[in-house]
Amino acid sequence: MNVLLDNLSLYGQGLLGTVELTVYSSLLALVLGFLMAAFRVAPVGSLRAIGTVWVNVLRNTPLTLLFFAVVLGLPRFGLVLPFTLFAVLALGCYTSAFICEAVRSGINTVPTGQGEAARSLGMSFPQTLGDIVLPQAFRSVIPPIGSTLIALAKNSAIAGAFSVVELLGVYKPLSERGYSIIWTFVWIAVGYLLVTLTISALFHVLEKRYGVAR
Amino acid sequence: MAGDALIELRGVNKHYGALHVLKDIDLTVGRGEVVVVIGPSGSGKSTLCRAINRLETVESGTITLDGRPLPEEGRALARLRAEVGMVFQSFNLFAHKTVLANVMLAPMKVHKAKKDEAARRARELLDRVGLASQADKYPAQLSGGQQQRVAIARALAMDPKAMLFDEPTSALDPEMINEVLEVMRQLARDGMTMVVVTHEMGFARSAAHRVVFMADGCIVEDRTPEDFFTAPRSERAKDFLSKILKH
Ligand SMILES: Nc1ncnc2c1ncn2[C@@H]1O[C@H](COP(=O)(O)OP(=O)(O)OP(=O)(O)O)[C@@H](O)[C@H]1O
Ligand SMILES: [Mg+2]
Repeated sequence: MNVLLDNLSLYGQGLLGTVELTVYSSLLALVLGFLMAAFRVAPVGSLRAIGTVWVNVLRNTPLTLLFFAVVLGLPRFGLVLPFTLFAVLALGCYTSAFICEAVRSGINTVPTGQGEAARSLGMSFPQTLGDIVLPQAFRSVIPPIGSTLIALAKNSAIAGAFSVVELLGVYKPLSERGYSIIWTFVWIAVGYLLVTLTISALFHVLEKRYGVAR
Repeated sequence: MAGDALIELRGVNKHYGALHVLKDIDLTVGRGEVVVVIGPSGSGKSTLCRAINRLETVESGTITLDGRPLPEEGRALARLRAEVGMVFQSFNLFAHKTVLANVMLAPMKVHKAKKDEAARRARELLDRVGLASQADKYPAQLSGGQQQRVAIARALAMDPKAMLFDEPTSALDPEMINEVLEVMRQLARDGMTMVVVTHEMGFARSAAHRVVFMADGCIVEDRTPEDFFTAPRSERAKDFLSKILKH
């Protein structure tokens, strides 16, 4: 019954691990996702091709397989990193494909005339995207990005299988010590809820703030 | 009136799939000249306008601006585009920016103008189109006619050598058409080179130096307004004029 109070520091470390994975992977996913979305609508064919391949490969690969590819594959090319960093890479790249598609569908909600007007004034592609299209797309991409990052928080559990300290992995030592499996998992679930509800709340605020239509 | 050529199209062809929208178009617009393009729906007028600004690519032929061919893409194209203003049927003001910011943006981004200088010039242009008092509003708060006048001011802010208008008054209620045409007439009087796609025959008669009549992707007639309206040569033009002059 007292599984939480007895093992507060273990749960705390697990929660911290999950939060860290979620925050760093989210940042990577957002940066790569926006970049790839820009690639996908760029006037340069080769950039569009890179964006398309990136999204289709990552979105259609099971995340576990991607973890194996990163954790086992990258060291073969001499890239040896801490497991946490590998996990951030795998999670961030995987999630960036979904962010990219969310951003791209947001871009598609902006009337094409907006971009044409900007181009006709001599603005470059990055200026058109950054000053005209993305600010107007932002409003409609907040909710899907929120959902994507919540999925990311939950997906981070897979990292536990690759020796990264995170919340789900907490159950192993606890079941060895003979605690009730049910209560162990209830408190783990509460931990995930804390993380996901925080993300929900954050995006709710963003939506309130930027979601107004003009 | 026509001095040296500012816009020159030679043998321009364009397809949309199987549809041949521009067929061997030759067109020269002299500096300071006002050319009105008319023709039935689907004849390729918008495509012609957009090709001059390279919002549409063409498959063959050359388009030159002030003697320089249009570049393919990238910075050089953006630079050349900045020299040709474009006004759209649907205004296309930047919806998330105020009227003043709409007019200031491109000079700051493209010409790297200082903010206060860009603002001063923007207010001057808004005053010229009669909208100085609307500077801090958002586009959605303005009437169609006001939005279109802002769009003209925004294009003028780049000090373009020429202006393209694609049916600038077609989306407007009748009582707003004149306020936009008046701004355009003033521009013409000031010597701006203009290509205007419009069905406003009054404007064509009073402001145009030449009328270009297009049908099925070809330029069928290219004459002075008096000649064209009083004695159209082609059957297509006669037919078209009889239809639009009826109402
Ligand atoms: N993006 C496009 N894809 C395919 N076909 C197009 C596209 N844009 C225009 N067309 C077709 O090309 C032809 C010429 O179009 P365009 O818009 O230049 O005509 P227009 O003379 O401006 O007509 P309107 O008076 O109706 O504006 C039309 O048949 C149109 O359906
Ligand atoms: Mg048209």
